[in-house]
Amino acid sequence: MIDTHAATDVTSTDTPAVSRGGLPLDRVPLAVHDLTVAYYRKPVLWDVDFEAPEGKLIAIVGPNGAGKSTLIKAALDLVPRTSGRVLFYGKPYRRQRQLIGYVPQRESVDWDFPVTALDVVVMGRYGQVGWCRPVGRQHREAARAALEHVGMGDFAGRQISQLSGGQQQRVFLARALAQDARLYFMDEPFAGVDAATEKAIVRILHELRSGGRTVIAVHHDLQTVPEYFDHVLLVNLRVVAAGPTASTFTSENLQKTFGGRLTLLDQAAHALASRR
Amino acid sequence: MLRSQGLTPLATDLDPSRVAPRCAGTVTRALRPFLHGRRGILACLCMASVVLLAPDAAVGGTETHPEADRSLRAPATWQLPSVPQVMRVLSLRDYNTRVVVVGTMLLGAGAGIIGTFLLLRKRALMADALSHAALPGIALAFIVLEAAGLSGKSRFGLLSGALVFGAAGVGAVLMIRRWTRVKEDAALAIVLSVFFGLGVALLGVIQRMATGNAAGLEAFIYGKTASMLFSDAVWIGAVAGVVMVVCGMFFKEFTLLCFDQDFAGTQGRSGLLLDTLMLGLAVLITVIGLQAVGLILIVALLVIPPAAARFWTHRLPVMAVIAAGFGALSGLLGASVSALAPRLPAGAIIILVAALLFGVSLLFAPARGFLSTAWQRFRLERKVGQQHVLRALFESGEPLVQQAQGKPGAAAAAGPVPFAALLAQRSWSPATLRRLLAAARRAGLTRRDGDDAYHLTDAGLAAARRAVRNHRLWELYLLTHAEVATSHVDHNADALEDVLDPTLVAQLEETLAAQHPHLAAATGPAGEGPAVAAAVPPSPHRLPGQGAQDVPAGRAGNVSGRR
Repeated sequence: MIDTHAATDVTSTDTPAVSRGGLPLDRVPLAVHDLTVAYYRKPVLWDVDFEAPEGKLIAIVGPNGAGKSTLIKAALDLVPRTSGRVLFYGKPYRRQRQLIGYVPQRESVDWDFPVTALDVVVMGRYGQVGWCRPVGRQHREAARAALEHVGMGDFAGRQISQLSGGQQQRVFLARALAQDARLYFMDEPFAGVDAATEKAIVRILHELRSGGRTVIAVHHDLQTVPEYFDHVLLVNLRVVAAGPTASTFTSENLQKTFGGRLTLLDQAAHALASRR
Repeated sequence: MLRSQGLTPLATDLDPSRVAPRCAGTVTRALRPFLHGRRGILACLCMASVVLLAPDAAVGGTETHPEADRSLRAPATWQLPSVPQVMRVLSLRDYNTRVVVVGTMLLGAGAGIIGTFLLLRKRALMADALSHAALPGIALAFIVLEAAGLSGKSRFGLLSGALVFGAAGVGAVLMIRRWTRVKEDAALAIVLSVFFGLGVALLGVIQRMATGNAAGLEAFIYGKTASMLFSDAVWIGAVAGVVMVVCGMFFKEFTLLCFDQDFAGTQGRSGLLLDTLMLGLAVLITVIGLQAVGLILIVALLVIPPAAARFWTHRLPVMAVIAAGFGALSGLLGASVSALAPRLPAGAIIILVAALLFGVSLLFAPARGFLSTAWQRFRLERKVGQQHVLRALFESGEPLVQQAQGKPGAAAAAGPVPFAALLAQRSWSPATLRRLLAAARRAGLTRRDGDDAYHLTDAGLAAARRAVRNHRLWELYLLTHAEVATSHVDHNADALEDVLDPTLVAQLEETLAAQHPHLAAATGPAGEGPAVAAAVPPSPHRLPGQGAQDVPAGRAGNVSGRR
């Protein structure tokens, strides 16, 4: 399904009705073609081609500075694309906003901001509320339900700076859930969270999957990738490999992704082993 | 003075008695959609100000003509204002004072609200850049007007120039940040100084112009609150009203943008559009406030009241209302003080009043204020210190006290602990230990026993039991779950035991019950009074000041095994 090395024609400007995997495009949550992103003259992502399968948990894995977050942000029109095309269920992002949820990195905001946890979760409904309108009761209820869902119902009225890191992460997750999207992007949802939060997030990921939703998450902990995710996208400026975890998440591919560093580690391990 | 500036015709032109009802009608119509709920307050505020600005025959009339009034407001030499003067100012009976006070109040309120968002967007200094950028606009407008043969004093013309250049200054900062690698602080500094320099240069040009009637332009730099006219106040009121209404309409959008710009993008809220709107409102309020407080001080009205308001609340709507209130209060007090002491420039007094409010907030605000946080820190330190004393006393006589549990006089069972033995238990100074012991004695937790020795009272035993129990649960938790080396547990637990709340203790009990059955047995139906009912688990490490021979048989193997 995921096919990154295909030599099919992607230069045509017409939107193909069928993906390169042979699926109708409106069944493909995310199709990235020839995506290149550069900050000033330094490319951060180069010719990324990727099609996400529907209803799977997909991990984006790669070293620091490999462009993982940039990939998400470029797909969501948050950073300008140098070139390339991104389609969500066959249409550009601005026409599919409601279907796409986003959980940014926790460190990306100032948590000493004068709002409560519920205020933050309600923000996930703004796309449905409309400009300049007050947030109606049904939206408030949906936000409260999302907070309950992540096990934070008792903290609705708590100011967000009084929450622990894991609780803040769950508030962010609840905000995305409140939107009730079909495809979720999560930028390092497991970074710096406690064990209880990690368990809660995994439970929610599984619930999302069984509800037919697709999740694409940047993930750092290589140990847990095979356990948590069905598919994996290995990125280091370019797509190194993509596909089902079982066949793609191999040490060979990891070496290609992490390059010198893992090789060095291997050499060190070998050296230690031979000394014994 | 007014006549010399050629402004009297303008004032009579805008006859308040005609304007006021018209304004009231306009404001009511504009605000009708918002009259319900919270936003009704804004409408009432606007209308009240319009009513206040209308001269009423009873107190106003001909007697409050600006010229006549000025004699009252400007005594030749500095002297303390008399009581009737103070009363007159405070009751707003003078038409002039009333105009100035209401004008500055509205300016303060409007600046406070938009300033709240600027502050939360971390754009506080943007106001500084844009107010300085307005100066060349004013100077250039003056030159153009004079060159065209018009009066260089046309307020509309000057403020239009300020508006254009203020917006250009903001645009320049945003463009430099967006398209170059120059950081925002450098961009702000560059724009601020370059525009201001251009303005000063143009003022120099004006000084040499043939018409040369440039007196009054410096009012834009330092402000001239006292010479505010009715029409100025109406303009300020109109802009403040626009700011309040737009901020009310876009409250949730502005909140979202300030908190999380990227997420705003995913909700279909263009950051560029909202930023433009927000900064546009800031430009408006700055330009309209230039004449009142001057371009150097207007930034203070945008920044200080919101910063002060932040101390009092953690709800954004409340913060905005408090900021508006502080801004209005600064205007009220500042204008009143300067009306009583005309030697003092009103703009500066307004800012000083705002700074005073900020200082009061910083010190005395209940949750975030300095005194409150210092008091909380002091109480935490005292509590931790007291727990250390109680634990030291408990652990000194632990086996005996444990055996005597439940019997009367259990607390005294272990006998008094000499001061030197307590001192050896922890790395505390004798003075600290004495202070802590004295505090514990005052709290009725310990008793001094003749020869500089101490033991726990019954109440002290209960408290000590609770403290020791929490501490050891935490130690066990760290040992079992966090893979912390035994030798490090004690230290970590000391630092963290205070975060143990009852729910966490319950969780620990649950987690540990399987491994330590004696805990589960003791916490069954105890209900309240866990201090007596719940068992204290044994310490997982050797206690200081306690030799191996003191350890009960059941635990001896355990401890020595770990050593």
